[in-house]
Amino acid sequence: MATSAPVHAHAAPQGFIRKYVFSLDHKVIGLQYYFLALVAVFVGMFLSLLMRIHMIWPTAALPAIGEIKPETYLSLLTMHGTIMVFFVLTTAPQSGFGNYFLPIQIGAPDMAFPVLNMLSFWTTLAAFVVLVSAFFVSGGAPLHGWTGYAPLSALTNSGPGEQLGADLWITSIALFSVASLMGALNFITTILDLRARGMTMMRMPLTCWAWFVTAILGLLAFGVLLSAGILLLLDRNLGTSFYVPLVVVNGQVMGHRGGSPLLWQHLFWFFGHPEVYIAILPGMGVTSQVLSTFSRKPIFGYKAMVYAIMAIGFLGFVVWGHHMFMSGMSPYSAFAFSIMTMLIGVPSAIKTFNWLGTIHGGRVRFQTPMLYAIGFVSLFVSGGLSGPFLAQPVLDIPLHDTYFVVGHFHLIMGVAAIFGIFAATYYWFPKMFGRMMNETWGRVHFVITLIGTYAIFMPMHYLGMAGQTRRYSQFTEVQYMTGLIPLQTFMTYAAFITIGAQLIFLFNFFWSMFKGPKASDNPWEATTLEWTTATPPPHDNFGGHTPVVHHGPYEYSVPGAAKDYVMQTDPAGAAAH
Amino acid sequence: MASLSPVAVSVPEAGHGGGSTPPRYGGDGGGPGDGYPDYGRRLRRARLGLAVALAPILMFFVSLASAYIVRQGLPTFDEKSNTYIRDWNPTDLPLAMLLANTGLLAASSLTAELARRQITRQAALAPVRSIPGVSLGNETGFPWLYVTVLLGAGFLVGQWLAWQEMANRGYYLATNPSSSFVYLLTAAHGIHLAGGAVVLLYAAVVSLFHKPIEARRIVVDVTAWYWHFLFLLWVGIFAFLWFLR
Repeated sequence: MATSAPVHAHAAPQGFIRKYVFSLDHKVIGLQYYFLALVAVFVGMFLSLLMRIHMIWPTAALPAIGEIKPETYLSLLTMHGTIMVFFVLTTAPQSGFGNYFLPIQIGAPDMAFPVLNMLSFWTTLAAFVVLVSAFFVSGGAPLHGWTGYAPLSALTNSGPGEQLGADLWITSIALFSVASLMGALNFITTILDLRARGMTMMRMPLTCWAWFVTAILGLLAFGVLLSAGILLLLDRNLGTSFYVPLVVVNGQVMGHRGGSPLLWQHLFWFFGHPEVYIAILPGMGVTSQVLSTFSRKPIFGYKAMVYAIMAIGFLGFVVWGHHMFMSGMSPYSAFAFSIMTMLIGVPSAIKTFNWLGTIHGGRVRFQTPMLYAIGFVSLFVSGGLSGPFLAQPVLDIPLHDTYFVVGHFHLIMGVAAIFGIFAATYYWFPKMFGRMMNETWGRVHFVITLIGTYAIFMPMHYLGMAGQTRRYSQFTEVQYMTGLIPLQTFMTYAAFITIGAQLIFLFNFFWSMFKGPKASDNPWEATTLEWTTATPPPHDNFGGHTPVVHHGPYEYSVPGAAKDYVMQTDPAGAAAH
Repeated sequence: MASLSPVAVSVPEAGHGGGSTPPRYGGDGGGPGDGYPDYGRRLRRARLGLAVALAPILMFFVSLASAYIVRQGLPTFDEKSNTYIRDWNPTDLPLAMLLANTGLLAASSLTAELARRQITRQAALAPVRSIPGVSLGNETGFPWLYVTVLLGAGFLVGQWLAWQEMANRGYYLATNPSSSFVYLLTAAHGIHLAGGAVVLLYAAVVSLFHKPIEARRIVVDVTAWYWHFLFLLWVGIFAFLWFLR
């Protein structure tokens, strides 16, 4: 019988290099992604702290860094955005946790193409190294923002950092695109071809659905970013005019003519908007998983959740124009993009309603993963409510270049996704490392982070409505904005405290990895397949056999069952389903 | 029973060098037996992977094509006349050379299919060969793989010559948006084809090193389908460049 036969095709590696460095094991690769994102998030946070310091003390000379010049500020802004979006929000939830837990949750011994999996990690790492190296080349890091708008990004003499630094930035993005495509290919093939017996698509945990739809988004979006990046490289280095019209820089007429900066915007945002969902969908999956587990209730409306994920994924591809209302697009196009954008509110509201329905009436266990999942819902609502404002051209035009937008996307895309990562970390840490994280420090971390992030990003909405422009390095001498300095100062102090609290997490994480209490195989009394195997899981995930699935993923408090949860592999009671 | 025991296997390129021992896991009733990799499932998975991989390749070319159409319709500010003018000058494509190249690629697609069928037949007969006392003769067959790679290389050389001809006619990469796109689309297609040729060459060369025929068959099969896709893609690009010039 197949279930008792050894199924793992590549034998467990022996040497350190094959086991931990060039590993083919999806679990090791998942952790490699996770640690890459951990390094990246601290680099990104450090850059944001420098920006916040510069905001309120623009002439301060910082130790080892000196005074932050306007162009340095723009470099910090560019690198912060790029690092956070690509190497944290895309890397940790999808590539990190997805790699580790997708195969286990569907009952597979590994990803479909392990070598491709390894290649995609090392390409991602190379992309990160190339990006960070832009800080150290002549001219420094680029200053065209994470969106890389042409013609600023397409001309090598448009500013410091736009020489080699910008080429490195584009190269990094191109490498990252290739790596993401390889990853997406692996995720989709794995889900379609490697599910265990009984694991029908509609029995998959919502985490797997989220990873699946995210992979499809990545598959269709990153190829477009790659082509946009190649056109940009050609414009910069080989004299073509895809994006650059006839321009004069410093009194000198450039050789380009006829290109369209809007072409870049269209291509970039055709990728960029799905990218937002690439960042947030896995967080939604984890939140669903955790809310159900810690409420001891089945997820409210499983099918509705699946269709909502699909709807969000689909709509994500037809709304990119709402990033371009300022570009002078036809009002008819703007109207269409506006309607489509507001439509996303429907599946988002379905999800939020279902999350609340899941918690309602449950026997809620307020442990750290649950706190972060609730925090995710809170941030998703707070950040999401400003979405329909910005979806309307008439409101977006006055708000677009203000802090209102910064507040909006940080809450919903940045912090909510980070809360998803934290929920996943606290939830799956026992399975990954075999030990429990400290609960007290977890709660302290949660409270400070939740209040801290609201304190940083909520006031940005008011700043924006008061007319505080974004992307400007210095405003303290601008008369109409001086009244906003106290609020800015408050936000900077909040940033100090919130970033400081992340050291609590870091300490808890590494301390628990070695000193935490030993975890049982199923410490949260959850139902999905990763909790049926040993802790940490063996090389082939299930110790030589493949599981057989009899139940859906969220069977908690089933009437008549012996316990308040029924494992997916539990044969008892299978006849009733 | 096919869905009983999903097996994770390295992609065919994975196990060369030291790790060439066939992975050991059991058959699942329908498979070939203990200790024998389930090549049928690996083939299915590799084909699925290829089908998924074609999506981003198509998206890549579709995005370039849409950029082409947008750029074609854009007026350009002319500083001499102070007006907006149309600066899209259709590239004078070397039609005869491109048609000849298309013929070469069509022929290579045909030989790739013959190579695919040949190795499918050989793989099917492989178990029979292992029966003691049964001899099917030393059936090596016509080297369709090498012919395919040669024809593919011929296509690439032909594209290079077509570039030379365009340069002779005064169309360089940055001459005009039209010529920029011609070079870009042909180069992007050529790079994809060169990748396929390298994989085919790999499949041909490893046959000298006693790699199991079934594993080689997967590489050839998937690459042949990829090759057909690239032929169709080229026909699409060529038609696009010609009719929308």
